[in-house]
Amino acid sequence: MDERAELLDLLRENARYSTTDLARMTGESEQAVEEAIATLESDGTIAGYQAVVDPAKREPEPVRAHVECNVTLDRETSYDDIAERLAGFPEVASLRLVSGDYDFAMEVEADSMGEVSRFVSEKVAPVPEITQTVTHYIMDAYKRAGHRFGDGEADDRLAYSP
Amino acid sequence: MSRERERPDPLAPSQRVASVPESGIRRFFELAAEMDDVVSLGVGEPDFAAPYRAREAAIDSLQRGKTSYTANRGMSELRERIAERVTRYDLDYDPEREILVTAGASEAIDAAFRALVDPGDTVAVAQPSYVSYEPGVRFADGEVLRVPTRAEDEFVLTRETLEAAGAERADLLVYCYPNNPTGATMDADEVAEVAAFCRDHDLGVLADEIYAALTYEGEHVSIAAQPGMRERTVVFNGFSKAYAMTGLRLGYALAPERVVESMNRVHQYTMLSAPTTAQYAAIEALDNCGSDVAEMRTQYDRRRNFVLSRLDEMGIDCFEATGAFYVFPEAPGGDANAFAEDLLQAEQVAVVPGDAFGAGGDGHLRMSYASSLDDLRTAMDRIERFID
Ligand SMILES: Cc1ncc(COP(=O)(O)O)c(C=O)c1O
Repeated sequence: MDERAELLDLLRENARYSTTDLARMTGESEQAVEEAIATLESDGTIAGYQAVVDPAKREPEPVRAHVECNVTLDRETSYDDIAERLAGFPEVASLRLVSGDYDFAMEVEADSMGEVSRFVSEKVAPVPEITQTVTHYIMDAYKRAGHRFGDGEADDRLAYSP
Repeated sequence: MSRERERPDPLAPSQRVASVPESGIRRFFELAAEMDDVVSLGVGEPDFAAPYRAREAAIDSLQRGKTSYTANRGMSELRERIAERVTRYDLDYDPEREILVTAGASEAIDAAFRALVDPGDTVAVAQPSYVSYEPGVRFADGEVLRVPTRAEDEFVLTRETLEAAGAERADLLVYCYPNNPTGATMDADEVAEVAAFCRDHDLGVLADEIYAALTYEGEHVSIAAQPGMRERTVVFNGFSKAYAMTGLRLGYALAPERVVESMNRVHQYTMLSAPTTAQYAAIEALDNCGSDVAEMRTQYDRRRNFVLSRLDEMGIDCFEATGAFYVFPEAPGGDANAFAEDLLQAEQVAVVPGDAFGAGGDGHLRMSYASSLDDLRTAMDRIERFID
């Protein structure tokens, strides 16, 4: 693995590794690590850093919905144009173009069911190219970004073994 | 009138068993058991669980009712895959006749001693090394000849150390690289030198290669792939380390047909067959868990770099261990037992003194990096505070 890929791998595993520890793990100098991260940030490879939080433990617990959107394109409008328009709303937590029965998979987050519904009916559905939306309220979350939600598992190995 | 003469206890341990001492880590184990918040670098097994697919395959086999014995030598589907797998080390074994699947490499090691050692035979044991070899030789009524490797050789076995110990008069040599407890590996030239010694003096070789997949610089070199060595070598390997399957108890031996036959003579009466559920897990592991092994290896390598850097920054001397998941630094102050005990008492960090692994380990500590980076960081912070 080259240095860039190695650093990305480590930061995707844990964005809180210190520069010093990253340097120790990769055998690079701290300065090299800092510069590489700065490049990854400025060229947009790293868009941000975030904790993976179990939504059930947030207070108040937000309401989230997975919204499927179908669109019909015309000559002037592309997927990117529609995505651009939708992604600007702060309620849209994630937005992806997918293959299959619908086009956009959108995750919407707000403080109440009413807010989510209003957002979909007032901001998403009226977009002229969007022909249909299906809203699925999220009922429980088990895993996100590779992390399982729950109590975590204790290390039950013997303290000494040969 | 009752008989006065006292009969000796009929259930007293045999002399053979009584002559084998308790493991050197027992004392530490008892100390640590009374403490909270111990961060352990004393663990000789992976911190990962077995690959998920392997676990699923085990469950699936149970649900399908695959709970009988298998063939003594192990399921043929498994032996075929093992034969295929070890070709990466230039090893070529016939799955029908030259592979024995066992309950951990531990059972294979024991079966080999019992199958090959006659009373009074001398078995040279390269040390420091895994703790089972000496007891295994003694249980087979053999004589142990310790061959200490040296810190200045970075714990690699050399012709010189073999000669210094008088190993030419031994019948068998047991050795293990990548090594537990030192983390040392041997390159092709070094292995060739040991192979030449064994050919020159007509020694059989028992090569414990259980950590072969955890080699971080260069490729693992098997002594059995050296010219003229296949016929005089037994290779041990298994699923405990590379696949993080310690609790499933599955290993294997690779050896010439006549040796597998005599080992199987022991195995068929003492074990009958290796755990069936584990054999199903192992088939899945060999078929589909290569990326899990690669990922674990990557993690170990990063932790290895981390621990070596921290030790170096603290001024603790440590050679660059390139295999398994151990580093073997010098104990600050020189007395490894005192250091390990004081460190445990003062900072609740568990490390193992090197002499628990036999000759040549004095003055060193085995630290395992099979722990999360968070735990390793905590342990290193505490060690740093302790030596300050
Ligand atoms: C060098 C070495 N050989 C063999 C074993 C035993 O392995 P298994 O779990 O396959 O019996 C171990 C376990 O710690 C080991 O370190």
